[in-house]
Amino acid sequence: MTERTAVPGAPPAPSPAPTPSPAPPAASGAPDALPATRLDWKPLALLAAIALLALPAIGSPSTWLTLTVAGLAMGMIVFITASGLTLVFGLMDVLNFGHGVFIAAGAFLATTVLAPLAPWTQADSLASNLAAIFVAMLVAMAACAAIGLAFERVLVRPVYGQHLKQILITMGGMIVGEELIKAIWGPQQIPLPLPQALRGSILVGDAAIERYRLLAVAIGLVVFVALAWTLSRTKIGLLIRAGVQDREMVESLGYRIRRLFVGVFVAGSGLAGLGGVLWGLYQQSVIPQIGAQVNVLLFIVIIIGGLGSTLGCFVGAMLVGLMANYTGFLAPKVALFSNILLMVAILLWRPQGVYPVSNR
Amino acid sequence: MIRRLLSDDLPRDRWLALALIAIVLALAAAPLIAPGAKALNVAAKMLVFVLLVASYDLLLGYTGIVSFAHTMFFGIGAYGVAIASTRMGPGWSALAVGVVAALAVSVLLALVIGLFSLRVRAIFYAMITLAVASAFQTLASQLSALTGGEDGITFKLPEALTPAFEPFDEPLLGVLSIDGRMLAYWLLFVVVAVAFLALLRIVNSPFGRVLQAIRENDFRAEAIGFRTVRYRTASNVIAAAFATLAGALLAIWLRYNGPDTSLSFEIMLDVLLIVVIGGMGTLYGAIVGATLFVLAQSYLQDVMRTVSEATDALPLVPVLFSPDRWLLWLGVLFVLSVYHFPSGIVGRLRERHAARRDGP
Repeated sequence: MTERTAVPGAPPAPSPAPTPSPAPPAASGAPDALPATRLDWKPLALLAAIALLALPAIGSPSTWLTLTVAGLAMGMIVFITASGLTLVFGLMDVLNFGHGVFIAAGAFLATTVLAPLAPWTQADSLASNLAAIFVAMLVAMAACAAIGLAFERVLVRPVYGQHLKQILITMGGMIVGEELIKAIWGPQQIPLPLPQALRGSILVGDAAIERYRLLAVAIGLVVFVALAWTLSRTKIGLLIRAGVQDREMVESLGYRIRRLFVGVFVAGSGLAGLGGVLWGLYQQSVIPQIGAQVNVLLFIVIIIGGLGSTLGCFVGAMLVGLMANYTGFLAPKVALFSNILLMVAILLWRPQGVYPVSNR
Repeated sequence: MIRRLLSDDLPRDRWLALALIAIVLALAAAPLIAPGAKALNVAAKMLVFVLLVASYDLLLGYTGIVSFAHTMFFGIGAYGVAIASTRMGPGWSALAVGVVAALAVSVLLALVIGLFSLRVRAIFYAMITLAVASAFQTLASQLSALTGGEDGITFKLPEALTPAFEPFDEPLLGVLSIDGRMLAYWLLFVVVAVAFLALLRIVNSPFGRVLQAIRENDFRAEAIGFRTVRYRTASNVIAAAFATLAGALLAIWLRYNGPDTSLSFEIMLDVLLIVVIGGMGTLYGAIVGATLFVLAQSYLQDVMRTVSEATDALPLVPVLFSPDRWLLWLGVLFVLSVYHFPSGIVGRLRERHAARRDGP
């Protein structure tokens, strides 16, 4: 680990963005003033620039609006699933190749939960539809959190600090998890239809916007705000961010970082389960391989964002979602590779991701 | 003589030596002992996997790099032979052109990926290769004009390697009837044997020592004065070249190549399992592991079917033992062996031998 000075106090930004390293004028200024962190606006500007540049390329504003909302919805879902992964990596240097299992488990649990709730989902009332989905989400989150607890205890804990074994073990966990899902739900594709009131689109001007995508954006925003609030305004969030910056320092101040980490792992698994429900409804069907497929996407997102950075993860997810939808419209063949091209381009610009975490 | 041939890296354990001799003799004589189609297919698959796994072990076991793109190079080799043979017509020159072109593509690709991402940490490389490999798989199935898409390519071999070819008018020594299929098998055997010995030479050279130093402590290796990036990249390129060769052999044997036979992620998992079970950091592990694994893959499913049918009355057990779930048990075995058996079969045998020698 590199030698670093401990940052006195935490940066107020909602992300573990790096504080500008040594700040020489600190001594001459007021002694109690915290070193202000500037929000690095360039990645956010890039996001806006891509959205604006796509407008003339696509031509029609209504199509652009449809695609943008679709991209944001996809980005939100990806962000929800990836946020746990990047936090776990940032906090404890554990990269969980088995994260996809939680996504798959969440999606399959949703099929099981929504089946007996058919009267609610078939009813043409938004309230009961939403109630059904929220029940499915809660069940999936709770179950995935429990699975995450077991996963951490059985698989991850014995191999802390050993990267090679971590990769192999979590990959093994992924195989076993996927096979167990096949054993329980069967290997075939299971349809996961949207509830009645969430099907179809609403018209905004000429643009048709699918209702479910609006819901996904809303849920994603709620999760993002909740996460940002927890990370920037609570004691736990302070400790998590401090742990990402310098784990040993937090430990030496007397906090049990191991327990904190288990909490983050469990929360991240729960969020992955939530993301799995949303992803399954987005695709309207689930297959056991969903976990492995989404995993690749998640890795691209957290590499783009900078491993360990929550804000970076958000920006990366949005970039991926928007690019996938724009290129899908403009050049469908290219869309299959838009993620990887995006990753290469971003890494050429910032080799550590858009928001590099300083000690990684 | 043997010592030179094996680059001074003897098995160092009596049982291991006996097992290796038995396996090599059995593989060499397979067409004579078991001329049946299934048995010969199993033996040929073992040969291909020995080379593929040995080349992967150079990366994982000797250099400590986790790559998920190894099947990509395997696939390039297979596609090289398949495409050249369909375009140029069957013939030795087509095979040569296919192999050379595939090697060139693989080496270039490995160099680019390596220089691009091996500067950073192991975990980063694992993620990048996962993304690149999945993009390559999509690319291969999209370029259907060249690769035959999902259907793959069936092609013809030079006449001397086809089953109809009979080099001798009457059976040798009165009993042996040699056909082109057997010649193809022995071609595989010779190429794999030479390539394996070459790999053994590489890992036991000063270059191989540096790789092991990087695996043990890359910081220290760098401090001693080795350019770790160059060595890692070189290791990556060599491993890719041998994997390409293995892919070409697979295509020659099957006279077919498609995305599922050479590019699928399942093969990558198989390779990981074999390396870990056979023993990371010992090339002999590739021989032992590949033999056991292919045998298990070919015959374990029959055993599981029996168990599943025998336990028909119990709940859940037949589902877990159904022949389709064999990957579940391999996954469990994989996780257990990473924990309790990290040096694999070969490593364990060698440790036992060393303990006995140094003991009282």
